[in-house]
Amino acid sequence: MIDLQGFGPQLLEGVLMTLRLAAVSLFLGIIIGLAAAIAKMSSIRWLARGVDILTNLLRGLPELLTILILYYGVQNLFNAIFEDFVEVDGFTAGVAALSLVFGSYASETFRGAFLAIPIGQIEAAKSFGMSPFTVFRRIQLPQMWRYALPGLGNLWLVLIKDTSLVSVVGLQELMRKTQIATSVTKSPFTFYSVAALIFIAITVVSTLFLRWIEKKSRRGVRMG
Amino acid sequence: MDLISSLLELAQDYWPQFLRGLWTTVQLTVLSCLLGFCLAIPLALARLSKNWLISGPALVYSVCFRGSPLLVQVFLIYYGLPSVLLQFYGGDVPAMRESFFWPLLNAPFMLALIAFTLNTGAYMAEPIRGGIQSVPNGEREAALACGMSPRLLTRRVLLPRGLRIAIPALSNETILTMKATTLVSLVTMLDLMGAAGRAFTQTYDSKVYLVLVPFYLVLIWAIARIFALLEKRYNRYLVRKTV
Repeated sequence: MIDLQGFGPQLLEGVLMTLRLAAVSLFLGIIIGLAAAIAKMSSIRWLARGVDILTNLLRGLPELLTILILYYGVQNLFNAIFEDFVEVDGFTAGVAALSLVFGSYASETFRGAFLAIPIGQIEAAKSFGMSPFTVFRRIQLPQMWRYALPGLGNLWLVLIKDTSLVSVVGLQELMRKTQIATSVTKSPFTFYSVAALIFIAITVVSTLFLRWIEKKSRRGVRMG
Repeated sequence: MDLISSLLELAQDYWPQFLRGLWTTVQLTVLSCLLGFCLAIPLALARLSKNWLISGPALVYSVCFRGSPLLVQVFLIYYGLPSVLLQFYGGDVPAMRESFFWPLLNAPFMLALIAFTLNTGAYMAEPIRGGIQSVPNGEREAALACGMSPRLLTRRVLLPRGLRIAIPALSNETILTMKATTLVSLVTMLDLMGAAGRAFTQTYDSKVYLVLVPFYLVLIWAIARIFALLEKRYNRYLVRKTV
């Protein structure tokens, strides 16, 4: 077995923090993505255009840069608003950056998924006298997930790996804990290999789960 | 307005540093993508092999490099590789300095290049594999009917057609690799991000990071343009003229 030199519990704590960061970012990211997708499809021109530019910007910038800009930017903003020193911790900055990036990518996935719903169903719902909001709530929203799931799955795998970048602003997640362990034990190869294996385990389990849930979402649907 | 003028001032003060960083970023992106592409072709072919002794290791490679964060891989190679080699030489530093590996270990750029090449090779192999798989079966059968051996079939039909199909996806991978080069700033290299980091430690003005935004947007635009030209050149037979 690999000798962790007593850093096992520390690494476990790091894993839990990584998972917590990823889960919160996923939840907020999906909400941001949905809102952005709806905004992009809205008939209000300036809103659609503005959100489009913003999501393209966030998709274009390196994630590391986004994290640093938000970490310092939010800090400065809070200091300016409250005219006092407010500490923004790594977790808040990490969640803000990761969920915004996730939401920007997801908005395109959601938009595609909404467009994939056959137009005939929407026309049928309208002809039943449903209001646009009811059509959205009863027809579009529930069916959209099936089309969005493969894309969201890929984004989740990217998100898991991007959590390691938040170590830069000092959040005690798996990557940061590994760095601390290597600086004490002076065996970087062992510890970075262990971190890599933990990440691989998380992504493999996620992939298997996604495959299962995609199959489940397709039950009762004839594909192809 | 206040913000823009202070950004311009920062850019003015540190532009030589930023330009040198930009050059490092461009070099690293171009070299790792070219080398990664060369690595991706045999990987994709190996993944498609019917012999599991060949496809199995390629699958493991793909899962390992696509399943763990690039940051971990960069640290593993940057800090881990030298320490393993040092152990191999029994902790004898002078002996390691004499060795064949020393020029490699002595240059952070080379270590970063190794990490990025291995990573982007794994990612690029996927669209290439998909491209080869989506070559129409009729073309494959026609080539076999002409009496081509499997090797000739791969060289003359599957690869040229598959790679052309993969061009748009490869452009995405190149953009992702370019974005990922920011990570080398964390292993003491002065790329664009590293240059901004150094300017930040000199000024304590976090706005330096905002100066980078246009740099990266221009880089992405350039990559997209280059691939659009490649597509126009190599996929010109696919262009459908709309009347």
